[in-house]
Amino acid sequence: MVNNPLTKNIDMSRPPLEITAYEASDGYQSVQLIAQGLSPEDVLQRVKDSGLKGRGGAGFPTGLKWSFVPQGENTPQQKFLVVNADEMEPGTFKDRLLMEGDPHLLIEGVIIAAYAIRASKAYIFLRGEYVESERLLRRAIDEAVNRGFLGRNILGSGFDLDVIVHTSAGRYICGEETALLNALEGKRATPRAKPPFPQVSGLWGKPTIVNNVETLCNLPGILSYGVDWYHGLTQGGDHGTKLFGVSGKVKTPGCWELPLGLPIRELLEGYAGGMQDGLQLRGFLPGGGSTDFMLPEHLDTALDYDEIAKQGSRLATGTMIVLDDKTCPVGMVGNLMKFFAKESCGFCTPCRDGLPWVEEIFRDFEAGHGNEKDLQILHDHVDYLGPGRTFCALAPGATAPLGSGLKYFKEDFDKHIKEQCCPYKH
Amino acid sequence: MSKQIIASSNQRARQLTAAEIAEIDHELGLYPDKQAVGLEALKIVQKHQGWVSDESLLAIAGYLDLPVAGLEGVATFFNLIYRRPVGRNVMLFCDSVSCWIMGCEGLKAHIKQALDIDFGETSKDGDFTLIPVPCLGDCDRAPVMMVGEDLHRNLTAEKIDKIILDYRKGEGSE
Repeated sequence: MVNNPLTKNIDMSRPPLEITAYEASDGYQSVQLIAQGLSPEDVLQRVKDSGLKGRGGAGFPTGLKWSFVPQGENTPQQKFLVVNADEMEPGTFKDRLLMEGDPHLLIEGVIIAAYAIRASKAYIFLRGEYVESERLLRRAIDEAVNRGFLGRNILGSGFDLDVIVHTSAGRYICGEETALLNALEGKRATPRAKPPFPQVSGLWGKPTIVNNVETLCNLPGILSYGVDWYHGLTQGGDHGTKLFGVSGKVKTPGCWELPLGLPIRELLEGYAGGMQDGLQLRGFLPGGGSTDFMLPEHLDTALDYDEIAKQGSRLATGTMIVLDDKTCPVGMVGNLMKFFAKESCGFCTPCRDGLPWVEEIFRDFEAGHGNEKDLQILHDHVDYLGPGRTFCALAPGATAPLGSGLKYFKEDFDKHIKEQCCPYKH
Repeated sequence: MSKQIIASSNQRARQLTAAEIAEIDHELGLYPDKQAVGLEALKIVQKHQGWVSDESLLAIAGYLDLPVAGLEGVATFFNLIYRRPVGRNVMLFCDSVSCWIMGCEGLKAHIKQALDIDFGETSKDGDFTLIPVPCLGDCDRAPVMMVGEDLHRNLTAEKIDKIILDYRKGEGSE
C-alpha cells in the first residue's frame, strides 16, 4: 500500500505529472466516487473519521471545521473554499514543494473539500513570490477543466466548481485567515474580529472554509484508499503523514514526508544527517518561526501535535529551524523579532508598538548596549504581547521564540550584558 | 474642498493601455465586485509599467470606480507593490531566520558593496533594485534570493557576483 500519499508523485528532477499520468497514479478517483453518488455528508464523515488535523499551523480538526458551515434550505447558497497558499512562516518550505511537485494533488483536494462544504467557487490565495507554483497550478487547473473535473456539472454529478488562482503581493499577516479574506476582497489585510467565524460569515459575508495546502493534499488519499488505510500510516497518536523539514546547519537539510509520531531524533539525526561537523545542537524551533524553542533533551519527543505541546511548544508547520552552538541564540531571536515587527499589520497597538520596541532592544544587545532593565522589558513583553492581549495571533506567535529563548538561553542574554558585545563574534 | 482635490487628481490619471484593460477585465469576471480586483489591477499595471505611479493609481481607481485613498491604502500595504520606480531587475533578498543562520548577514554586506547601494535603493545604472523579503520558502537551500522571477539558491559571495554579471549581460535565468 501507499505510505507516502503526499509525495508519491513528486520527483523534483522532472516536471510534475500531467493529468493522464496523475490519473494513472490513482489520481482523481475521488471525483469518480462523487460522480458515482458519494454524498457531501459521506465525504465529511470520512474526513472526520480520518482524524485529519489542519497542517497550516493551528492543527484544528479539518472535519470539525467543515461541519460549522451552515447547510440546508435557510442558509446562504453561495459558499466558498479558500486555499491558504500564502506560505511565509519563517523556516517553512513545505507547501511550495507540494504545489511545484504535484499540483494535481492540490486541485483534487480542492474538489473534495469544496464538494463536502457545497462550495461552487474556490480561490487559491497564492503567495506572490511563488511564480513557479502559479504557472504549474494554472496548467493543472486547465487540464482538470478539459477533463471535466472542474466547471459545470462535474462528470454529470450536478456539482459545479470553479477554481481561481489569486496571486498576492506579500505580507505575512495574509496567512491569518480573516486577514486573508480581507486581502481577497481587495482590502488592506488586517484581521477581522471573531466571531463571526469565517465558516459562518467569511468571504463577502458568505460561509467560507480556509484550508492550508498540505491539509487539502491529504484528502485524495483518504477518499481513494480509505480511512482504515489512513489510520495505518501514523506511528503516534495523530493520524496520517506530514511533511517535515529541517533547515539550519545540519548535514542534509531538506523536506520529507514521514508518519506522524516519529521521534524528532530520527528526523534531525537520520533524515537531516545530524549537525554539520564541528557543531553541536543547541536547540530548535519545531514548526516554524512562531513556535517555542525545544532543546536536545527533547529529541525523543514524538512528532505529534499533543506530544510536542506537552513540551511547551507546537508542531505547527512541522518545519524545524536548527540552532547550533556557534550561532548566537540572542541574534537568532532578534532576527525573528525583526521579522514579526516588520510584518505586524499595524492594526492593534501592542503588536504595532510592542514588537518594534522588542526589536530595538535586540539591536542594542547586538551592538553591546544590553542592560538589565531592557532584559526585564523583554520578559514583560512575553506577557504584554501574549495570547489574549492582541487582536490576532501574530504577536503571540512572536512571544513563542521570545519567551522560550529568554528561558533556555538566559546565560547568553546575561553574557551580552556583562561583556557588552555579542560573545559569538569574538 | 475634497471635491477639488479629486478633480485635480483625475486630470493626472494616465490612460490605461489596451493590454492592461484586457487583463483587468479578465479578472473582473472572476470576482463578484470591483474592489476585489484592486490588488490584481495594481499588479497588472506594475507588470506592464514596472511600478505603480500616482498617474497609474488614479487610472486604476477611476477604471474600477474605487476611492483613490482606499486603493492607495491597499497599494502601500503590500510590499510587492512598488510605489516608486524600480530598476530593470528587482532583487528580493531573504533575510529571515534560516537564511540568517546560514550567513545571509555577510552576503547582505557583500551585495550592498557590489551594487554600491543600500536596501531600498536602485543601482546607478538602473539595473537592480535591492529589497529585503521575508522567508522565501526554500530554507533547505538557504541563503536564497529572487531576481525578477528567478530563484537563486545556496548563495555565496562568488555566486552573487556571477548573478549580477549574468543579469547585466542579459542572461539572467539559472
